[in-house]
Amino acid sequence: MSKEIVIPFGPQHPVLPEPIHLDLVIEDEKVKQAIPSIGYVHRGLETLVEKREYPEYVYLAERICGICSFIHGATYCQAVETVMNVEVPERALFLRTIWSEYSRMHSHLLWLGLAADAFGFENLFMDAWRLRESILDELEATTGGRVIQGSCKVGGVRRDIDGETLDAMTTRLDGFRGELKEISDVFLNDSSVKGRMKNVGILPAKEAYDYGAVGPTLRGSGVASDARMLGYAAYGKLHFKPVVEDGCDCYARCAVRMKEVYASIDIIKEAVQKIPDGPIEVKVTGKPEGEYFARAEQPRGEVVHYVKGNGTRHLARHRVRTPTLTNIPPLVKMLEGCELADVPVIVLSIDPCIGCAER
Amino acid sequence: MPEDQPMTECTIEGLLPAVRAYHEKGYRLVQVSCTKVDETFELSYCFDIDYHMAVLRLVVPAGTKVPSISGIYWGAFIYENETHDFFGVAFTDINIDFKGTLVRTAKQYPFSNISFREVEKCQKK
Repeated sequence: MSKEIVIPFGPQHPVLPEPIHLDLVIEDEKVKQAIPSIGYVHRGLETLVEKREYPEYVYLAERICGICSFIHGATYCQAVETVMNVEVPERALFLRTIWSEYSRMHSHLLWLGLAADAFGFENLFMDAWRLRESILDELEATTGGRVIQGSCKVGGVRRDIDGETLDAMTTRLDGFRGELKEISDVFLNDSSVKGRMKNVGILPAKEAYDYGAVGPTLRGSGVASDARMLGYAAYGKLHFKPVVEDGCDCYARCAVRMKEVYASIDIIKEAVQKIPDGPIEVKVTGKPEGEYFARAEQPRGEVVHYVKGNGTRHLARHRVRTPTLTNIPPLVKMLEGCELADVPVIVLSIDPCIGCAER
Repeated sequence: MPEDQPMTECTIEGLLPAVRAYHEKGYRLVQVSCTKVDETFELSYCFDIDYHMAVLRLVVPAGTKVPSISGIYWGAFIYENETHDFFGVAFTDINIDFKGTLVRTAKQYPFSNISFREVEKCQKK
């Protein structure tokens, strides 16, 4: 006779790179229900708007996450700039786009390595992270930081990239693409990888949409939704299409991330070709008043930075809805009825970032 | 070019019909957020369809019980539980109620001074 038991999965678990906590109700080897819990690394960052003025707060916004920090900072700046009616120079918008795509590449490569590690491919893990180092080198060379850049500010960016450096970066991207193909062939075509991820963590398109999935989790279910289509930064001036897979499973989500790395290369190269000359920042004076929901596409999905000014140099409210927070309900649905052995792969397939979600 | 974000204000009685209308039109739920303004809470429900965001604003005094929209948008429980754990706003008829344990914080309702003071008074008694 079967019996229900509860297995606490996380927040500390060997397979988890993030401290997500799920209480799994198990019957035999099947998961009947997954109950999420967060708060393990909650820091109360949002309350610090009361202590830091809006120009300084961008440094805190960047520290919401140690992996996708640049886009957090850029989106926060975008929100404040909209409230204050600041017109950011064109060159700064292109630079933000270039750094955003490098940030996306390094995040996806990080995830690909962790995914490989989750199903025992240690060499593949190391290959992915070795490639990621070259992306981090570019970020460090152009911003001064590997994962927390600090190059974004309200009104523009703090650093510029000269033409020679941009050309050299695109040349290196061509070489990077060749190296990337070696590992992408494994992730996309290897029978062992497919065996581990195909038909696992099924999330149909309608459920993905209704439950609020975003990013590769949503696009892996066949829904072509990507916040970059809003045209923020320089995306409106670049040719870009969302990467979509119809498999609705863990393999599809992996394929989306793999192919998005290639797409980022193309976006960066086009941005380098089209980047205009000119200033990289404007002087910002005044105090924010009003409110705005700024949206952007993080590597994990759509992020929302809400700011509300009150006529002082401190914001009345800063709210971040991270992609992981909204991907938790779909994750709960994916886990219902799955095999216990598939739980790590399914959890990893949404690329959870608990530091982001808990703030 | 910042996107247009039309905002509609609603009452507690009109919340669920308005949300149901968005759902029937094919909108997805983007987020639910809360802001404390003096003695009230501003709840912002954001919806999106084809990259067009619409905001539904509900302003309630402290202590008000707000009907849950999780019966319409199943995934809304994550936001409503979070809002409860941070601000102390109570939601009725929520599909998955964590009863204050979704986000475990050192202080109860850390984003709401009012509720925290009330709890402190109770603790002193």
